[in-house]
Amino acid sequence: MKTYLSNWGNFPRIETDMHYFRREKELQQFIELPHFIARGNGRCYGDSSLSTHTLSTLRYNKAISFDTEKGIFECEAGMLLDDVLRIIVPRGWFLPVSPGTKYITVGGAVASNIHGKNHHIDGTFCRHVIDMDVFTADGHVYTCSPHQHTDLFHATCGGMGLTGVILRVKFILKRIETSYIDHTQIKARDLFEILDLFEAYQHRTYTMAWIDCLKQGKQFGRSIMMMGEPASLEQLNKHQISSALSIHSPRHISFPINMPSFFLNPFTMKAFNQMFYWKNIKKHLHTIVHYDPFFYPLDKILYWNKGYGKKGFIQYQFVLPIENSKKGLIDILKRINQYGTGSFLAVLKLFGKDESYFSFPMQGYTLALDFPVKKELFPFLDKLDRIVLDYGGRLYLTKDARMKPETFWKSYTTADLWYKMMIKYNKEFKFRSAQSDRLEITSPSKHENHVIRTYTGSHI
Amino acid sequence: MKIMSSVLILGATSDIAQAIAIKFAQEGYNLMLAGRDLSYLKRIHQDLKLRYDIIIQSYYFDAENYKEHDDFLQQIHEIPDIVILCFGYLGNQLLAEQDWLEAYRIIAANYVGAVSILNRIANLMETKRHGVIIGISSVAGDRGRRSNYIYGSAKAGLTAYLSGLRSRLYPYGVQVITVKPGYVKTRMTEGLNLPKMLASSPEKAARKIYKGMIKKRNIIYIKGIWMIIMTFIRCIPEGLFKRIKL
Repeated sequence: MKTYLSNWGNFPRIETDMHYFRREKELQQFIELPHFIARGNGRCYGDSSLSTHTLSTLRYNKAISFDTEKGIFECEAGMLLDDVLRIIVPRGWFLPVSPGTKYITVGGAVASNIHGKNHHIDGTFCRHVIDMDVFTADGHVYTCSPHQHTDLFHATCGGMGLTGVILRVKFILKRIETSYIDHTQIKARDLFEILDLFEAYQHRTYTMAWIDCLKQGKQFGRSIMMMGEPASLEQLNKHQISSALSIHSPRHISFPINMPSFFLNPFTMKAFNQMFYWKNIKKHLHTIVHYDPFFYPLDKILYWNKGYGKKGFIQYQFVLPIENSKKGLIDILKRINQYGTGSFLAVLKLFGKDESYFSFPMQGYTLALDFPVKKELFPFLDKLDRIVLDYGGRLYLTKDARMKPETFWKSYTTADLWYKMMIKYNKEFKFRSAQSDRLEITSPSKHENHVIRTYTGSHI
Repeated sequence: MKIMSSVLILGATSDIAQAIAIKFAQEGYNLMLAGRDLSYLKRIHQDLKLRYDIIIQSYYFDAENYKEHDDFLQQIHEIPDIVILCFGYLGNQLLAEQDWLEAYRIIAANYVGAVSILNRIANLMETKRHGVIIGISSVAGDRGRRSNYIYGSAKAGLTAYLSGLRSRLYPYGVQVITVKPGYVKTRMTEGLNLPKMLASSPEKAARKIYKGMIKKRNIIYIKGIWMIIMTFIRCIPEGLFKRIKL
């Protein structure tokens, strides 16, 4: 069935044939397709899970086992984190790593090797994976782990579905005493203060900051630092104690229409940011909040992506190595400032060291921000890419919809190694996405041109 | 009463059936799942067990194998409070016009199998003077259209059967509900390009069915617009209708 499909950023939109499967034995027929890519809940922003043939995992979504003593959970790849939480939270467990939305699949979490507010402590999602099953281009299902079919395991973690279809994942959970978070919020008046705060609070479990990218002058880079620790029973008030391990409520509001794009102009965006900053009157704020508003504030508004209008938006997320972070952030923020229509809010976070073979995070600062799609945006982002590259940073594939292949091959320093492991399982490029084609990963002739060498930028 | 109530879902591996199982589990009912694909059934069973604190049992059941329906009911020690008939087979109209086996399968799965199992269940519920039977029929049964009249006629048979059964069991306090889903995004309709206005999700279907049961409805359309469309289609005079490609 031909339909038009886009991911969360509503850009790009491509024509695709949607396929579903419910049983492992149904998978064989997809090998007959010229090529395809697996897709979870479509919460990546760009074209990572789009292709002319798209295989949805959403109907392959059963829970398989849950060891409530050891905290080990096993499920099929199409299961949403939302559903995982409903099962594990009442029994005193939580996700080891959680992104900013619970509406992603477990398979997607592995394919993107997602990070969360606790990256500096707990690393990425795949660090907690015990083993998983992957359906590869030879028509076999392999069980892989850090000890078994290790090449497949490492190439699948953060591998954007290019090693095959992830079918089953077993992972370790995190013990919680309550489903509440001991939440501290500190206002930072400028960029320097927020960077100092990140340094000072490195030992905190969950950290991130909202940063106002549009503010110029003295308050350049003003932010709100958010920190959290799992709350203990003693910290809860009477009302909370009666629901100490409560799950999130299913209630939400829905963004009704695509916002007309003229609504998004520098003025409205600045006003929004101002309100968000002022909303927190005190410099320090300390509360006990449920995990739902803490981890997933935007999940309350279903289809918030419509707020960026029909043309969609690009979420631009980059990371800079720690030694260049300060300089690089100032440089990039200034340019975004000049560009004018940055996002409502941008998210800043300090990553810790990362030992994944092929993944986005590296020790340093990462900034994520949204830009509504328009003509001027693309040349501007190309310029930003060059600066990110010069500082030795890279872009998050899960959010990318427009990066040039050179940028990818230069910035992902282990791409060549990963490529060699990946093609072993992706014979004849059976697994291909619009993104992997664009980045010339799955266009055989072109890949050879990207000779990998240590790239030293001219910028620094 | 609700806490102890049990629901038997016939054809439990279909997408609507799975959504119904989740809905009833959320409401605290114990589940009895019956289906043909045992390994799939096992996965569904295990998933529900991890999600909800209820009693779940699984049984092998083949709607088309009428001879074994008695054995099947004997396996179930106690007749459940609610029986939901979810099995069905859309088939291929063009193939069925040429190939009797396909035509027979459509009739057997959608009508004959349903009558066979519901007859027995109806008798048990009549004796007990208690129970609910929910049959998933189809808007296709509201009028025979050239594009799917073999499936449609089988579903029309089911609709008529349920209507008569409702009347027969009414004095005994047994509730019979006919569900006419219209387009639901399931495996059955995966190959079709469904118009957004007319299609609903299995989860919505499950919610509507549950609500309809509580409100003691006789006929449930999942989307109200289907009632309007089908009423309109039924009103077209036959002389005109035969000329319309529908």
